[in-house]
Amino acid sequence: MGCGADEVVAALRAAAVVVAEHREELVRLDRAIGDGDHGENLHRGFSAVVSKLDGSAPATPGAVLKLAATTLISTVGGAAGPLYGTAFLRAATAVGDAPELDAALVAGALRAALEGVVARGKAVVGDKTMVDALTPAVTAAEDVAEGGVDVAAVLAAAAGAAEEGARSTEPLVARKGRASYLGERSAGHLDPGAWSTSLLLRSFAGGAR
Amino acid sequence: MIGLVVVSHSRRLAEGVAELAGQMAPDVRIAPSGGDGSGGLGTDYAAVAEAISRADSGGGVVVLYDLGSARMVAEMAAEEAGTPVVVADAPLVEGAVAAAVAAQGGASADEVAAAARAAYHAGATPAFAAPDTDPLAGAAGDAEVPAPSTEDAVRSDVVLTNDVGLHARPAALVARALAGLDARVLVRYGEQEADAASVLALMGLGAPGGARVEVVATGPDAAEAVRRVSALAARNFDE
Repeated sequence: MGCGADEVVAALRAAAVVVAEHREELVRLDRAIGDGDHGENLHRGFSAVVSKLDGSAPATPGAVLKLAATTLISTVGGAAGPLYGTAFLRAATAVGDAPELDAALVAGALRAALEGVVARGKAVVGDKTMVDALTPAVTAAEDVAEGGVDVAAVLAAAAGAAEEGARSTEPLVARKGRASYLGERSAGHLDPGAWSTSLLLRSFAGGAR
Repeated sequence: MIGLVVVSHSRRLAEGVAELAGQMAPDVRIAPSGGDGSGGLGTDYAAVAEAISRADSGGGVVVLYDLGSARMVAEMAAEEAGTPVVVADAPLVEGAVAAAVAAQGGASADEVAAAARAAYHAGATPAFAAPDTDPLAGAAGDAEVPAPSTEDAVRSDVVLTNDVGLHARPAALVARALAGLDARVLVRYGEQEADAASVLALMGLGAPGGARVEVVATGPDAAEAVRRVSALAARNFDE
């Protein structure tokens, strides 16, 4: 089973719903150790993505991802705008103009997204950032993609690993982003960026089924 | 001439830094970009991209930023800009002032960015103990370049007959007068010394009106450098 432009659009719409549902939670997490705007920013960004998708229907998965990227960059603000924007942009480039995504392409897109986030934010695993969720997600996606499963299984594996990775940020002391100014006081809180990464991958996994 | 963009989470902070830096560099285009675009704190990609266009007069742009995500937005905008853009990892206020003066003196984008980065160490005394060996704002600790205390240095005692001494505007005039010269110039006041290419280091000397400072220069243009500084002082820094 493949995954065409319509399925990618459906995944982004599902993401917008999940972000709206979790807006308050993300605001609360970000208020604890950041500037408190993460939930609001992502909600604004994904609402704008849905509006763009309502107005146009890109023909390929890559074109859909690119539309999401440029929209997120110009609407999200904060660190999440450049980071998620870069992630989607790299993913779009990785899948090229393929009409349908298979498991290997999805795993490759996730790998490209991670590399983009690392290049943009200069964070490594353990810094208490979205990299802590995305890195195990990519590894899990690549592992199952090798076994010849479908896209839904790749995304499910990625989502599961991302959630575990996000939860692992709770005891960490932040070394990147606004939370790093708090030093030891940043420990004991989930990282909002890692948590939103986990939520997004979970929504993609749901939308791809 | 290189243009500057000041990116801050706060619109007022960006505007204030641009105003302060602009005082030192009347001909440099300095475009502030602050806030999230709807009146709140944050950064706005489209606004930063637009500020880069505004600051550019064809030679390129140097971008300074306040906090992490502003750097990311600046880097994205730099990658997409149709002009050469250098994002400088520098202190916002001191860096913008140093960058503006370097740009006013006709420095390249890389030199302007280097001046901004070197501002981390300027102001702190003694400026020449700075570990950064940047060629533009230079440090005498640099092992490869002889410090201007060697035999072939050109020296002159200069009395600051203006009211404010080496305050902001006179210091900027000194730094600008030396731009483009192949000389390493120190200004000594009491026990302290400052790189004359660095406005902030000069201001850090705290030399008041009436003070006597020593100008020490080495390099091919040393004599011209000392002559220019002496001439500025003799004109009361155009006050």
